[in-house]
Amino acid sequence: MVAEQKLTKKDFTSDQEVRWCPGCGDYAILTAVQKTMPELGIPPHNVVFFSGIGCSGRFPYYMNTYGFHGIHGRAPAFATGLKMMRPELSVWIVTGDGDSMSIGGNHFIHVLRRNVDVKILMFNNRIYGLTKGQYSPTSEQGKKTRSTPYGSLDNPFNPVSVALGAGATFVARAIDVEVTHLTEMVKAAAAHKGAAFVEIYQTCVVFNDGAFENMTDRKSKHDTVLFLEHGKPMVFGKSRDKGIRLRGLTPEVVTIGENGVTEADLLVHDAYSNDPVYSFLLSQILPPVFPTPVGILRSVQLPTYDALNRDQLEKTTAKVGRGDIDTLLRSGELWTVS
Amino acid sequence: MVETNVTTGAPERPVHDVESVVIRFAGDSGDGMQVTGTQFTTTSFMVGNDLSTLPDFPAEIRAPQGTLAGVSGFQLQFSSQPVHTPGDRPDVLVCMNPAALKVNMKDLPPGAIIIANSDEFSDGNLRKAGFAGNPLEDGALEGFQLFRVDVTRLTRQALFETELSNREKDRCKNFYALGLLYWLYNRPLDATVAWIGEKFGKKPEIAEANVTALHAGYHYGETTEAFAATYRVAPATIASGTYRNVTGNTATALGLVTASQLSGLSIFYGSYPITPASDILHDLSRYKNYGVVTFQAEDEIAGICSAIGASYGGSLGVTATSGPGLALKSEAMGMAVSMELPLIVIDVMRAGPSTGLPTKPEQADLLMVLFGRHGECPMPVLAPGTPSECFDIAILAARLAVRYMTPMVILSDAFLANSSEPWRVPAAADLPPIEVEFRTDPEGFGAYRRDPETLARPWVKPGTPELMHRVGGLEKDAVTGNVSYDPANHEIMVHTRAEKIARIADALPPLVVDGEREGDLLILGWGSTTGAISKAVATLREEGLRVSGTHLISLAPFQKDLGALLAGFRRVLIPELNTGHLRFLLRATYGLEATGLNKIQGRPLRVDEIADAARALLVEN
Repeated sequence: MVAEQKLTKKDFTSDQEVRWCPGCGDYAILTAVQKTMPELGIPPHNVVFFSGIGCSGRFPYYMNTYGFHGIHGRAPAFATGLKMMRPELSVWIVTGDGDSMSIGGNHFIHVLRRNVDVKILMFNNRIYGLTKGQYSPTSEQGKKTRSTPYGSLDNPFNPVSVALGAGATFVARAIDVEVTHLTEMVKAAAAHKGAAFVEIYQTCVVFNDGAFENMTDRKSKHDTVLFLEHGKPMVFGKSRDKGIRLRGLTPEVVTIGENGVTEADLLVHDAYSNDPVYSFLLSQILPPVFPTPVGILRSVQLPTYDALNRDQLEKTTAKVGRGDIDTLLRSGELWTVS
Repeated sequence: MVETNVTTGAPERPVHDVESVVIRFAGDSGDGMQVTGTQFTTTSFMVGNDLSTLPDFPAEIRAPQGTLAGVSGFQLQFSSQPVHTPGDRPDVLVCMNPAALKVNMKDLPPGAIIIANSDEFSDGNLRKAGFAGNPLEDGALEGFQLFRVDVTRLTRQALFETELSNREKDRCKNFYALGLLYWLYNRPLDATVAWIGEKFGKKPEIAEANVTALHAGYHYGETTEAFAATYRVAPATIASGTYRNVTGNTATALGLVTASQLSGLSIFYGSYPITPASDILHDLSRYKNYGVVTFQAEDEIAGICSAIGASYGGSLGVTATSGPGLALKSEAMGMAVSMELPLIVIDVMRAGPSTGLPTKPEQADLLMVLFGRHGECPMPVLAPGTPSECFDIAILAARLAVRYMTPMVILSDAFLANSSEPWRVPAAADLPPIEVEFRTDPEGFGAYRRDPETLARPWVKPGTPELMHRVGGLEKDAVTGNVSYDPANHEIMVHTRAEKIARIADALPPLVVDGEREGDLLILGWGSTTGAISKAVATLREEGLRVSGTHLISLAPFQKDLGALLAGFRRVLIPELNTGHLRFLLRATYGLEATGLNKIQGRPLRVDEIADAARALLVEN
């Protein structure tokens, strides 16, 4: 159903006062989503936002759609139940690095492997904000926080690799302050039929300020961020003279014009590649050796869980006929006493 | 000890009429005892007996052959009178190996019949079962009527003309034993012959061998002089109608699907496999053409959360589990209480704590479902008392969940789940519809603005124009449902949620009492003790004692007439498979000093245990 009147950002903005800390990256993401929604052609009442616990959990309150602020880490499970029964709704999940990589890790991988048609926006600030500053599963090893005064011991998760390992059909990465690019990613996720995962680097100004500074600072970002574009060679750097080349299965950074390297030698991004090796390799291109790739890492089409479920239901019903109570209750071995 | 040898000939024998018989079939997990028991059940119902059954299988799927851990049993009671339980103590034990004898002989009353497959009483098997000597020969079974039958050898002999391997022939020996029992109790073979034909239709040689073994067992009874008499159990007076056999789990599944049809709501069943609840999932997953959606979730938490998500979308979310799974679901149950969405949570209780005795019944989750959540978190709790009542309770739970916009708990247990009884199938036309209303009117809408009578909040399906709103686990404003940290509002909400659940008592039926509503003793129970209590009450009343009995179908809130009923008796006896949960609640609610009869052995209460406790109590004063 397309709304007759053109929808605007205002149609997706609720009357609730936004209560994130001043300067929080969540504001930028909220704006990007509110701006994107009108372009999808879905009226607000057909949209549902689920969330878990954490700063990201408040997101649904600020959207003038249906909203469900669940319990910690379980948003994918609530959303799966809804989407299976109401496939016509546009179902979104907003989560954080603690909510989906830690307490909700199990649901995160299973919603992706089933390919339920939901859109997952994961705000990754690499810290626990709402509980006031403990390290998260995406914090770098050795991080000193209130719960790790001598440095954390854990190896961090790379959420994009986790998602790909779970068989995600759509995986993208974005940065909160790169609003135009972020909006594109949200739109691409919305357009994807199936589970779409977007990791959004997001700054917690209170407990982990500057976590992504070298990726957002105007001076450094050209060397630290690689914008992926389908069908284009992987070029980065202020002068666009650096690139990624593949040697066997090993990527390396090369400089165009040096040692006979030309743009033709560079790895050309294939966002639609069905090859899991390629997608995973891409997800492992990480700093400090490499710039961080942002954009669509993988987008492939597979049947969605909710569609398969509907299909099975309809086919079975067509085959054996719609049941009623009397048929049901008399379906076993019967005896008649007169 | 009566002992007889096998000879041939077909002597005339007297037929003794008996009122009730309890038979227990026991053997190794692979011996087909469940099939044997089920077949005897079907045949007995067809000849008109009332009956009740209980399979008893080990937690291990296939424990080492011949060991005590691998013994699988099936007990049934059939009678010419109304039957309430699968029977206290077996009159007949059929044991296919020494381990089966060892495990079950302690339950036998003096004079019981033991039919033992003597072929399996080898030194090795005797050792595995922990016998020092051979009980069939050393007098250990003094006081019982022992019949030694070489079932294995005789089955092979009956099948000597077939092409089957010895291994395949041995698989027919349960039908040989069944044939013998059919002869002993004067039952026809045709229902089982028909069943075998259907079951093994694709393997005609196996079907034929099983039928041959069945007949051979029957003829063995006829020709041997081992048995001095046969027995007859006359048909019971059973109300006319169409019947089928149901276990508690099957009846629960049927009840849920029926509730879906009565309400027009789709059922979404989200769950994670766990004994003894999994059969509900198995049953429901076959009902796709009734619009039932089943979802085998990644864990217990996802099971309930997906069900809540479905309810949020306007379906009826259901999840079922057992104790360990319920513990995992408790946070989400609290969420459902706070969200005020319809939901059914079924706990098929088993003995705990922790993994406990995973296949054995216990009623020790009652206090957990009432109090095992953080915060002030009231939830209604219903409890079926018999396998067939599981059907009614599932429908009642759906009706109340939708009417009061609340999650509901159903407490079943491993005994109800697996035991079966004949159930008179109701007609759809006799079942009242379940009224459901979805809010679509934006005028005066508040997500938590309540119905003044039921205190239910409106149910709004996402996708409804102009009713977009946000809800969650945070405390909500009493009208709008928006997040509210207002202290006074929180207190109002806590009281309102409690009051709403209390008002469910208005919609509950009055207690059904066996006997008068006053007297010397009330035997009060809930859940799977119901059958044993009914039978005990009937027995005590026949003795002229002023005893009545009842079982609660609702543990929260209590049925309204409970307080008055309790006041009508000098003493109250509460049999429970726990340390006294209901007794604790009644003391807290009514100041009642009741006497407990508490059994925590992973086994159902026996009728004689209840009757003895009642008599002892009445003698005291």
